[in-house]
This record gives sequence, C-alpha cells and structure tokens, in this order.
Amino acid sequence: MELGVYSFGDVQRDAKSGALGSTGQAMRNLLEAIQLSDQVGLDYFGIGEHHTYEMPASAATVVLGAAASTTKNIKLGSAVTVLSTDDPVRVYQQYATLDAVSNGRAEITAGRGSSTESFPLFGHSLNDYDELYAEKLDLLLQLNENDKITWKGKFRPALNDALVVPRPDAGKLPIWLATGGNPNSTVRAAASGLPVSYAIIGGQAARFAPLADLYRKAVEKLAVPNADVRISVASPGFVGDDAKAAKSLWWNHWYAAMRDIGKIRGFAPPLRTNYDHEASGGGALFVGSPEEIAERIVALHARMGHSRHFFQMDLGQLAQKDFLRSIELLGTKVKPLVDAALAEKTKELEPA
Amino acid sequence: MNEDVKRIGILGAGRVGTAIARRALDAGYEVRVATARAPAEIELLLGIVAPGAIAVTAQEAVAESDIVILALPLAKYRSLDPYLFDGKIVVDAMNYWAPTDGELADFETSISSSEVVARHLKGARLLRSFNHMGYHEIDGEARPAGDPERRALAIAGDDEAARQKLATVIDRIGFDPVDAGSLAASQAFDVGTPIFGATLNRQAMLAALAPRAAA
Repeated sequence: MELGVYSFGDVQRDAKSGALGSTGQAMRNLLEAIQLSDQVGLDYFGIGEHHTYEMPASAATVVLGAAASTTKNIKLGSAVTVLSTDDPVRVYQQYATLDAVSNGRAEITAGRGSSTESFPLFGHSLNDYDELYAEKLDLLLQLNENDKITWKGKFRPALNDALVVPRPDAGKLPIWLATGGNPNSTVRAAASGLPVSYAIIGGQAARFAPLADLYRKAVEKLAVPNADVRISVASPGFVGDDAKAAKSLWWNHWYAAMRDIGKIRGFAPPLRTNYDHEASGGGALFVGSPEEIAERIVALHARMGHSRHFFQMDLGQLAQKDFLRSIELLGTKVKPLVDAALAEKTKELEPA
Repeated sequence: MNEDVKRIGILGAGRVGTAIARRALDAGYEVRVATARAPAEIELLLGIVAPGAIAVTAQEAVAESDIVILALPLAKYRSLDPYLFDGKIVVDAMNYWAPTDGELADFETSISSSEVVARHLKGARLLRSFNHMGYHEIDGEARPAGDPERRALAIAGDDEAARQKLATVIDRIGFDPVDAGSLAASQAFDVGTPIFGATLNRQAMLAALAPRAAA
C-alpha cells in the first residue's frame, strides 16, 4: 500500500511569544517535509490549496516544482486543487509541467476543499459552487484526453481548437476526485472513470466502507473504458515514538485547529473524550505509535480495500520538528509494518 | 387520532439524508428517499449506503410517508412545492451555512432559518431537528434508551402533537428527544450556538435550552 502525507502548509507558532510565524517560513518547512518524505520512502505528498495566514499553501505547484528537483521517487500532487475557483487550462499546464520536471510523478486531485477563501479572492460566488465544479471538472478531464480541444461553458471563455501544452510523457496525468462522503460524489467519480479519494476526518473510519463498495459497484456497472480504478484515504494523523505522548501532544494542535475552524463555521470545539475515542481503534484520527498506526491502517484496508493512505499531520501549528519526526516514523517504521502485514494476508489468500 | 409513525420520507440523498435513512431503517421504519432526480438515478447508491430504503419521487416520498425529513441543500428549498406538504409533519434538518455555501438573501434575517422555510411551506406542520448534530454522529452514536451516554436531539415546532410524534421517532432511532418548544426556539440550536455540533446528553441539552436567568 502506498503511504503518504498531505499538508496545507501550517504556519509555526513562536514557542516564547506565542505569535504566529512567517508564511514564507511555512513554505520552506513544507518543502523540507516533502524532501524528508521522499528520503524515508513514502510514496506520495499532497499539498492542499489554502489561502489563510495559518495555512498559506496557495501555490502548490511552485512548492511541488521545487520538491521535484530535490526528490527522487515520491509522487507529488494536490490535496486538493480547488478547481472551482481556478482555470482548468492553467491547472493542467502547471501539473503537466510539474510532471515533466519530476520525470512523471505529478498527480491532480480535484475537489471542493475545506477552504472557501478562494471564492471571493478570485471573484466567484459560493452559490455557484456545484455548477462551477461540474463544468471545470469536465474541462479538466477533456484537457487530459486531448492536446487540442474545442469547448464551451458558462464560467470560462470558450476554446476553439486550442492547443494546451506541455503534454505528459505518459499521455495522461492521474486525476483523482476527492470526496468528503457524499455518496453522489462517489458515483460521479465512477461515472467519470476517475480514482476516488476519501477525506475521512472524523467519526469511525469504516463508515466510509459502504462508499468504497458503492464505488466498485458503480465502476462495474458503468464500465467506463480505460477507467483508473483506485481508492485512497486521506485522514488526520500523527506518529510518535510513544503512543500516549503522541496522543497528548497532538490533541493540543487538533483542538486549536478545530476550535479555529469551528469559530468560522459555527460549531463547538471538540471534547478530549471525543478525540480519545477517534484517536484509537476504528476512529478517523490515526494518532499513536508506529505499531498502532500500522495496525489501524491494515484494519481499515480490510474494510475499504484502498491502495493509498495519506495523513495530515501539521495542524494547529504543530512544531516542525514533531512534523518531521512523524514523517520519519511513518516512512521508516509504519510503512514496513503495513507492507509486511498485507503481504501476510495475500499469502493467506493464495491457494496452498 | 394518534397513529404511530411507520413510514419516513427523506428528501435528499447526501450525507445527512442517507445517515438518517440508515438509522430509521435500523429502527424498523419504512424509508423512502427522493432527490430532484429520477428515482432510478439513486437506486444503486441507496442499495449500498442505505439498503432497504426505497428510491421514489419527491411527490411519492411526501404522499406516502407519515413524517418527511428535509435533508436537501437549503438553497434548493424554494423548489419544494408547498401544496405537496399541506398538513404533513415536516422536519427541517437543514442549516444556513453562509461561510461554506454562500449567502442566501432569504436567510440573511434575524429569525431562524426554519421560520423562513416555514413561511414557504405554509400548510406544513413544520419542525426543526437533526440539524445541530454532525451526520457522522447521527450515524455512529445511536444508543438504546437508558444508556448513560445517549445523546440528545432538540425538537422545535409550533405544533405540539407533531413534536411528540417526532419525539417517539427520535427515541426509537436512538437519541433522547428534548422538546425546545415553538419553532422560533430553534434559533437556540442554529449554526453558531453552543448546542451546534456539541455532544450533549438530555440534561446538558435541557440546560443549554433553558432561558437565561434575568441579570
């Protein structure tokens, strides 16, 4: 199974003054995290477009481009590209270029994202979200199929036999559809021939298992030619040497992040009891020791059959050193454990 | 005539609608689900995420149910034909989330979003409930009566008999129903209130709903 990390470029907090650090440093920290992820053998790193002071990763392809030059194997993508407020032509050009300079390691994940700042920033109305998204996804997919396209829509000027370059050496880029659990989005992914990425950020993770079933059944029923049939899971996570210490440390950051989001969105901050429940067993927060995290990933895999699981660790101003240590443990300890466990399971299933 | 509720209709097959469908099915209710699209378009989906739920048109969901739950995007509320809902017990599980879904002029007002919906669905016996609890909690936190960790769902609405009927349903589904009073009281569990998104048992909910003591 592929394991990885995703980040919105969380800004640091000065330990002494308590003040938020520089957004520029956050971008350099993000680059460092990607480099380490590659060095410890992780498979994927995604940058989630955000436009806030606390999470300033607004130009993912610039950071991914810098990472392409200083990494060897890790796949580099968005988690997500807020497609509704961007120009699909620009998005495609940037990721096709990233693909070229990374020797074929670029991916796009299209989604709504949790960030809505991009709407007023780029002059779009949130009210138009559904239409914007459907139209731009359609254009993006067409750009992936053909170097010259003719296209007309409501929110973007028409294209008349327009050439969009560069082209990926492999012919197409992997384009994932991200969803937060609406079953209709799962069906949309299958109908578009796209791999699906589940953002499981709360509650019991296995409640997404029926959606994975729905995806596979819809793929079978809709039989889209040349479909890229894959499932990935994105969840909050943090790996520490000691389980108890890891959970306690990360709680502070989880709480801070959820409290801040809750203030904007109108929900109450989380309780420690809920966190403890979700940070163990079948919960969505993969926080703990390497052994525990590996076990929980494998347990979820039995229910969902996903081929990639990636984690958001830097939330609520997690210290860079803790972020890097968590990445290191994910690559050096968790990954071998997961691979060994899944290899065992495969052996068990083979005929004697 | 006080007949038991047997059939629940749900408008909306998103995260909230399908979560409520699952809980209602588990509690033994007949569940019909409708969206703006043809029933055939949600059959595959329902078959997997809420097996046992019947895909129907909106008209069928309303006509053939004892209680109808609104779990569609709030922006689409005007697409609901008021005449369809005359005399029906209707539960508004929707929320006005301007920061996430954009501003809606109809809801930029000092009254609760439910009262706006009630003005459109004039003849309906409109209630507000389910809205203040995350869908994954509705899904995962149902518990039998008497369980000390059972969570509470508030019910508001002008029709007392309707509130009582919904209370029976909520209890069977696995939550403690707490009567908040008239529809205007739903403002106490709207987006941005201490109740919204909070984990509350019956006692805590009652305390949260209690009017503030005079200064």
